[in-house]
Amino acid sequence: MPDQLLFAMEVMLNGLMAGVLYALVALGFVLIFKASGIFNYAQGVMALFAALTLVGLQEGQVPFAHLINAIFGTDIHHFGWHLPALVAIILTIGVMVVLAIIVEKFVLKHLVNQEPIILFMATIGLAYFLEGFGDVMWGSEIKMLDVGLPQGASFWVEENTAWLGGEGFYGFFIDKLDMVAAVVAALLVISLTIFSQYSKQGRALRAVADDHQAALSVGISLRFIWVLVWSIAGFVALVAGIMWGAKSGVQFSLSLIALKALPVLMLGGFTSIPGAIVGGLIIGVGEKLFEFTIGPMVGGATENWFAYVLALLFLVFRPQGLFGEKIIERV
Amino acid sequence: MKKTLTTLVLGAALAAGPALADLVFPDLSYRTGPYAAGGIPFSDGYQDYFALVNARDGGIGGVPAKVIECETGYNTEKGVECYESTKGEGALIYQPLSTGITYQLIPKVTADGIPLHTMGYGRTSAANGKVFSNVFNYPANYWDGASVAINYLLSENGGSLDGKTITLLYHNSAYGKEPIRTLEDLSKKHGFTLTTIAVDHPGQEQKSQWLQIRRERPDYVVMWGWGVMNQVAVQEAANIRFPMENFIGNWWAGAEHDVTPAGMAANGYKSLNMNRIGDLPVFADIKKYVHEAGNAAGDGSNVGSVLYTRGMYAAVLAVEAAKTAQEMHGTPNITAAMMRDGMEALEMTDAKMDALGVAGIGPEFSVSCENHGGSGMAIVQQWDAAAKVWKPLTDYLESDAEVIAPLVLEDSAAFAAENNIAERCN
Repeated sequence: MPDQLLFAMEVMLNGLMAGVLYALVALGFVLIFKASGIFNYAQGVMALFAALTLVGLQEGQVPFAHLINAIFGTDIHHFGWHLPALVAIILTIGVMVVLAIIVEKFVLKHLVNQEPIILFMATIGLAYFLEGFGDVMWGSEIKMLDVGLPQGASFWVEENTAWLGGEGFYGFFIDKLDMVAAVVAALLVISLTIFSQYSKQGRALRAVADDHQAALSVGISLRFIWVLVWSIAGFVALVAGIMWGAKSGVQFSLSLIALKALPVLMLGGFTSIPGAIVGGLIIGVGEKLFEFTIGPMVGGATENWFAYVLALLFLVFRPQGLFGEKIIERV
Repeated sequence: MKKTLTTLVLGAALAAGPALADLVFPDLSYRTGPYAAGGIPFSDGYQDYFALVNARDGGIGGVPAKVIECETGYNTEKGVECYESTKGEGALIYQPLSTGITYQLIPKVTADGIPLHTMGYGRTSAANGKVFSNVFNYPANYWDGASVAINYLLSENGGSLDGKTITLLYHNSAYGKEPIRTLEDLSKKHGFTLTTIAVDHPGQEQKSQWLQIRRERPDYVVMWGWGVMNQVAVQEAANIRFPMENFIGNWWAGAEHDVTPAGMAANGYKSLNMNRIGDLPVFADIKKYVHEAGNAAGDGSNVGSVLYTRGMYAAVLAVEAAKTAQEMHGTPNITAAMMRDGMEALEMTDAKMDALGVAGIGPEFSVSCENHGGSGMAIVQQWDAAAKVWKPLTDYLESDAEVIAPLVLEDSAAFAAENNIAERCN
């Protein structure tokens, strides 16, 4: 096979993998939008906060250490422990559940029946608060995240595909971390689908998504559902934070991964879990192939804007996104 | 009569005000946002040194230094706001730590008569003092950096890069594009092939760029990065098994936090540095007079790191320029215009740096009316992941003045023509 074709295939493969990572972020948006009609601007910051909490707990960092030391003149920074990754992950899930309860109690409860734009504005406020709160709680230095995930090229894939091309082809490059992310994303989607189809809470969640007033009339607690869905979105944010944080360390920029999810949502629809996955894959492959083919002619760095162009193209023909629910309003 | 007396007293008080005023050094810092990890240690070092001078020496020439911190978030608009809100406080010098903010401030500081120090960043051609009266970018600028990197590679390759391929991986911004022209000229001079690859802000996702590097297999990758772009690039380089010893970042891609997230995979990565790091005697004084007195700018954990040392070095240069200005004008209460004169007459010698407890922190250089850019020298350092330290590989290396000087003249002449600036120093 010609090397150029193999390179294009390699770019496609890596685009699919990158798409999975985008989809992981988009999933959190979809979950909350589906259940409550809220576009959660804070989803990216939740990923940052979750990852900060995970590293902080794992490394035994004292939360609010700078504040405590400044007020009391102490010099404490660490508890002196190092938690196993699994324990730290479980504790972080607990923190994200607590965060969901707080968000429901102090923000959402007071905004029931408000316009979606009001709820959206509330999540903007939440994002900025959480950003600063995370900084104060865990510090703003870059932290190394190590939960034992493999990273780097898969030698097996490289060695077993090198024969496909000539001397200039070294076999397909696939990052082991991306492969793990793909498996995790698949498991997440399967679990979420089973949960929403077959569990009592899942059915209640779907009922609220369809018509929250009708759901309330049959005794479903809206407040419980909101806590539940924000907790699940918190868990998804933690997964996204781990995958992205393993690449770059845990730092403020993690919150900007939300920008990568927006075109995915535009394309896949705001209400579809499979849409988030398929949208992620299309965006991932599309932007990588565009960068590979057209990028060199226009100076490169096309991915950020091309993802939005691609999403806009889909929007023109299907405004609700590929898998979104068609909005029909009758007068 | 009473009214006249009151007016006179108030007038006298106002006139006496500046004589009693502190020497004001605004710190346009960024402790929040995507670039905070770089902004925090720099600001800590900058502020701690002024605090040390106050606590240990009683100020500069007996006048206390006052630092006014203003958060820019590395945002150009906020940076300009910070400038506008602090310049009326009697600001002597600005150090915005952002090329974007620098470009906006150049016309403003020139009009207001306040000096701007852009240490190793900003507009490179500001090194030409004939055109840029109020802008200084000593001890080195981006073009020096690009040239030092190539000179280092020349020394690694027996003086010839003929037939080699060098890729510039750059932040897709004014900052990242700065070295391109220099590298293009150097590629013609030394016969290497230059390819450029852009990374969009913030640089969290670089798969395409590193797949391209993997396909093209350049001999060397030179990186002009900042923020998360650096950490991701180091990790991706390790992922594709690019030889780390052939990967060289500029001095804004060579701090500890740029390499620690990648762990042992970052071992061997190299970067330029305009300030040598090490256990300088001044750090003991900072701990004793500033930190133990509870006046540290941060939590004290950054002392000795690359960017803390650089921030402190910036403050050292500001203090020495202020001292020079005080001597030149025979008054401890200097104005921004006097500070500018001091900066233009600044001389940093090994003996002076030794006496200040910062031996070897920077190269020897002197500033003049024509040359606001210093010596243009930098070192190459290498990351030892096991010891978690940067180790200097070279002494201060010279840049290629033969290539850079004409570029500086050309760019500054264009700026002068656009802005109707008559050359000084004649």
